[in-house]
Amino acid sequence: MSSTDHVKTLKIDGRDCSARAGETILDVARENNIPILRLCELEGLSTVGACRLCLVEIKGARKLLPACATAVDEGMEVTTNSERLQSYRRMIVEMLFTEGNHVCSVCVSNGHCELQAMAQTLGITHMHLPYRYPKKQVDASHERFVLDHNRCILCTRCVRVCDEIEGAHTWDVMGRGIDSKVITDLNQPWGSSESCTGCGKCVHVCPTGALFEKGRSVAEMEKRRQFLPYLTLMREERQ
Amino acid sequence: MVTYGSKPALPSADKRWKLVDATMRKAGGNGRGLIETLHTVQEAFGYLDEDALRYVALSLRVPLSRAYGVATFYHFFTLKPGGRHTCVICLGTACYIKGAQHLLETMQQTLSIAPGETTPDGEVSLLTARCLGSCGLAPAVVYDQEVAGKVDPASLRSHLEKWAHHDS
Amino acid sequence: MTPEELEEIRQNELEAQQSVPQRIHVCVAAGCLSCQSEAVKDALTREVDHRGLGGRCKVKGVGCMGLCSEGPLVSTHSGQLYQHVTAADAGKIIDSLDAAPVSRLAISTDIPFFERQKKIVLENSGTIDPERIEEYIAQNGYRALMRALTEMTPQEVIAEITASGLRGRGGAGYPTGLKWGTVAKAPGAQKFVVCNADEGDPGAFMDRSVLESDPHRVIEGMLIAAYAVGASEGYIYVRAEYPLAIKRLKTAIRQAERLGLLGADICGTGFKLRIDLRLGAGAFVCGEETALIASIEGKRGTPRSRPPYPAMAGLLGQPTLINNVETFANVPPILRNGSAWYAQIGTEKSKGTKVFALAGRVRNTGLVEVPMGISLREIVFDIGGGIPDGKQFKAVQTGGPSGGCLPAEALDMPVEYESLAQAGSIMGSGGMIVMDESSCMVDVARYFMDFCMTESCGKCIPCRVGTYQMHRILTAITEMTATEQDLKLMEELCDLVKNTSLCGLGQSAPNPVLSTLKYFLDEYKAHVHEHRCLAGVCQEKATV
Repeated sequence: MSSTDHVKTLKIDGRDCSARAGETILDVARENNIPILRLCELEGLSTVGACRLCLVEIKGARKLLPACATAVDEGMEVTTNSERLQSYRRMIVEMLFTEGNHVCSVCVSNGHCELQAMAQTLGITHMHLPYRYPKKQVDASHERFVLDHNRCILCTRCVRVCDEIEGAHTWDVMGRGIDSKVITDLNQPWGSSESCTGCGKCVHVCPTGALFEKGRSVAEMEKRRQFLPYLTLMREERQ
Repeated sequence: MVTYGSKPALPSADKRWKLVDATMRKAGGNGRGLIETLHTVQEAFGYLDEDALRYVALSLRVPLSRAYGVATFYHFFTLKPGGRHTCVICLGTACYIKGAQHLLETMQQTLSIAPGETTPDGEVSLLTARCLGSCGLAPAVVYDQEVAGKVDPASLRSHLEKWAHHDS
Repeated sequence: MTPEELEEIRQNELEAQQSVPQRIHVCVAAGCLSCQSEAVKDALTREVDHRGLGGRCKVKGVGCMGLCSEGPLVSTHSGQLYQHVTAADAGKIIDSLDAAPVSRLAISTDIPFFERQKKIVLENSGTIDPERIEEYIAQNGYRALMRALTEMTPQEVIAEITASGLRGRGGAGYPTGLKWGTVAKAPGAQKFVVCNADEGDPGAFMDRSVLESDPHRVIEGMLIAAYAVGASEGYIYVRAEYPLAIKRLKTAIRQAERLGLLGADICGTGFKLRIDLRLGAGAFVCGEETALIASIEGKRGTPRSRPPYPAMAGLLGQPTLINNVETFANVPPILRNGSAWYAQIGTEKSKGTKVFALAGRVRNTGLVEVPMGISLREIVFDIGGGIPDGKQFKAVQTGGPSGGCLPAEALDMPVEYESLAQAGSIMGSGGMIVMDESSCMVDVARYFMDFCMTESCGKCIPCRVGTYQMHRILTAITEMTATEQDLKLMEELCDLVKNTSLCGLGQSAPNPVLSTLKYFLDEYKAHVHEHRCLAGVCQEKATV
């Protein structure tokens, strides 16, 4: 195989980039400091392509494609920031805000929340969609952590980190559609879960204040994810 | 309590668990057989309770949350026992166009329950179906296992009365 | 099993059939069964025994005869068809075999409902006993498989399917030969063929009918496909709501295995295929290929991003061919009669026939098979017999929740993949619902959005929340509380959900709204501006 099979060149927002075959558009954008918004994707976890915020335009492609799940190709021309993409992103973030009950001013993650930051980046000041105001539960049965369904955006990072990194698979999603929610074991109080090791990885990968440590007050919950690339690297090395 | 490496204990002495075990064996004894196994449990017991989900999950070595996630994803599965009789109103397009909504309203008013619920006396469960595939006979209703076609509110009410009388 | 042995079974069966001069067929497909056709069959059988006619007259259960609304249906060897037959009619029907037909029950078969159809997929439906493999073999069944295995290379089979112009009958119309070629070329130690029988469209029962009436045809199609792509394991993913289809498939698989047509070393060629059933559990999204695969693997049926396509990495990460029931059912006749024969039926880009489940406000409801290119008008007014009760035609809906509602202006359009898509609907899997003036198109759009909202898997945000928000607006319109602003917002939501959703369910969910906005905007406007429902459906609801 010649080296040209391994190296791909492409254009992202007009900039020439080179990439290794198999890398995703998001990988390459990251290496080149081109910001692409995303919520479900997290380096070190498997890709689900669910939040649709990283959709990009690719010249010649009929559909928009998720940067996190689309491998680079030779000569690809990618646009990450058209007016159309921006307006879709604003609407998708609005959908999340109106789907749950997100009140930043009283949230432990105020100031450290990825959803909040995204709304600021996109310049969202008010909602075009009506709020749903669903009745949702808060599970404080775990001795160290709390799950607040009101703030959950169903990104499934907790599900993936628990399954792929911790190996416990305490979390999963139940139901479907707008009634989906994350659960521990047989949809039982988190504190009574038999499989939870209490490692707290789920809390720290959660992009919002849906999962937090007990005893934190408004704006006090800062997430620490330094462990994730480290653990991923060690695991790859072992295999 | 889970004992490492051993097969979980049967939830009860009920003979129907043998059917469940047979399905799991046939499906390869791994997570790929989860849905098949849940079908067998529901067919044998009428619904999936926590004990059943736990037993199946541990036997197939599937995380508990995954088993619960699967059981609640598919509408065919139910976690609650049904009534002695079930009445399924088809809400497929053909039935809807021919007035299935009126049938549903009739049932809701007569029984004072919502779709998916069972009357407090445990007699009748009211269910809806997305399409029974009996569109030529729209609107269709399934009384227990029997499909009836071209149903109207009057025949629906008389069927309910028949159930009530036979039971008394 | 050799070609000679197969021919011997065929000859024996034909002889056995011819030795009985009189035959009575009773439809025992789901539609007629729910009108007690089993009791009719039992009564006829009893009557024949009672009269000691056993050697001269045979009563047998057959698959769907098509005219489901008039069941139970019974036909005789002379071609006489009877409708609304009850057990009490058994004696009269047997009397009539040597005399004039029972005029009270008789129905003429030279009406457009029968004459305008062209049967390829349904050629055996209503004539053979679906629970006997010998009857399928007598109608040249498994001959195409034999031809493929003994006379053709896998490449030649794929070339033949490609040349026939067959396209996927599940709805999207992807060229079948191209799909087979991709799976055949994909590297992989183990390949799979999967038959998608998760017929989830509300208002569609074509696949169910084929499986109940002629299950071996689907199995033969899968066998040929497996040979062509190099697969050795197959699954039929069938709805648990179809118990009769499941039972007949199980019987058919057992029979084929017994004759050595399924299993190891088929026909002594070394080719092997095992077919297992997998039961769906009530999730429309599992009709989507990647969700279907997840479901077969025992998981929640949520779709994943494509590429990679299942043809490259499907079940257990291996190359997987997924075709729908009707697609597989087309394969044996194509191989038997040649691709040229098939390609001369239909239009330039849509070849062959299409089975439709005709239902709703139309006189003749049931299952019909028509050549591609026929107009919607011919289906609704000639075959369907038009609108009953003196009402006016309003719309015909194709493609279920992924399709659209087409108005009277579109009636002369030919039925083919491209033209239907251009008009804002899709071919879909074959549900065709006729609506008259008593249907409110906003209410219909709300109905379909309710379906999509309930069936959304919840994985991606645009579909999960978008279907909810669109449903909310449509409900507000039908309750006369929506504003012009809401209409604009809904159009925006349609555009977003269509272009950003992860899978086909979400991407096509706005279609029923977009097509009704396009053709029936006046109905939306009447609700919003005048608080009036032109069909009188919504007002009624508001007063309840």
